[in-house]
Amino acid sequence: MRIGVVTFPGTLDDIDAQRAVRAGGNEAVALWHGDHDLQGVDAVILPGGFSYGDYLRCGAISRFAPIMAEVVEAAGKGMPVLGICNGFQILVEAHLLPGGLLLNDHLRFICRDQRLRVENASTAWTSAYEQGQEIVIPLKNGEGQYAADAETIARLEGEGRVVARYLEVNPNGSVNDIAGITNERGNVVGLMPHPEHATEALTGAGTDGLGFFTGSWVSASA
Amino acid sequence: MPVVVVDVMPKPEILDPQGKAVLGALPRLGFEGVSGVRQGKRFELRIDGEITPAVLAEVEKMAESLLANTVIENFTVRVEG
Repeated sequence: MRIGVVTFPGTLDDIDAQRAVRAGGNEAVALWHGDHDLQGVDAVILPGGFSYGDYLRCGAISRFAPIMAEVVEAAGKGMPVLGICNGFQILVEAHLLPGGLLLNDHLRFICRDQRLRVENASTAWTSAYEQGQEIVIPLKNGEGQYAADAETIARLEGEGRVVARYLEVNPNGSVNDIAGITNERGNVVGLMPHPEHATEALTGAGTDGLGFFTGSWVSASA
Repeated sequence: MPVVVVDVMPKPEILDPQGKAVLGALPRLGFEGVSGVRQGKRFELRIDGEITPAVLAEVEKMAESLLANTVIENFTVRVEG
């Protein structure tokens, strides 16, 4: 499986995401924001960081990067797309996922090992997990408060499109403790915490994040 | 020289943590009588040539596609100066 990782100006976690893809037994393909070329990858990850310095709004400028035209088109055809942290912010700005991400309600940057519950284990990116499985992966953000109008939240909850929920503490004021969501088709997933930082025992909180990078959608759809 | 001003504000139903922090700071500085603060952004666009209704319509498009995220923010467009 060839999984592309897009680097935007100001992306931080692209190298970790590539490493996580390899740890998951797949080939990592570096993709460049300025190219109109997905290099024939099977899936795309938009990694974390501070693309364009978070100017204007997080993800607002990256959303118009040349490669995003290809990402949006491929996502529409069912290609798995995972946005982590800043990548999640880019996905909501690109309207591939509903809602928005606001400043944390307490206004502080937060960095901690965060316990989550996987609420939907049937998306392209979470089928390596059990429904309801609890995992611990790092969370690090300043603008991670998921918000949407009441109608959107009701639809996400009703359709089982909340992918992961914060446990023990709501670290940023996200409505209904939402840590990640998916689109109707289940191929696009946005997640605020960082599974790519929890794929090797030597570093990070453990290996609970590895399941996002094993290409589990292949066996899921087979 | 007139400019086109775009004001972007968080939607009323969206929590505004920055405005809340400012509201909390005012009494500490001795300012009383403020019951709410909402913080937004102001963009000033210098336009080449005359500001026509067509130009304003174009600015509306700019605001909708880039300057504001209409999922969480409202905007207004007006001419100033």
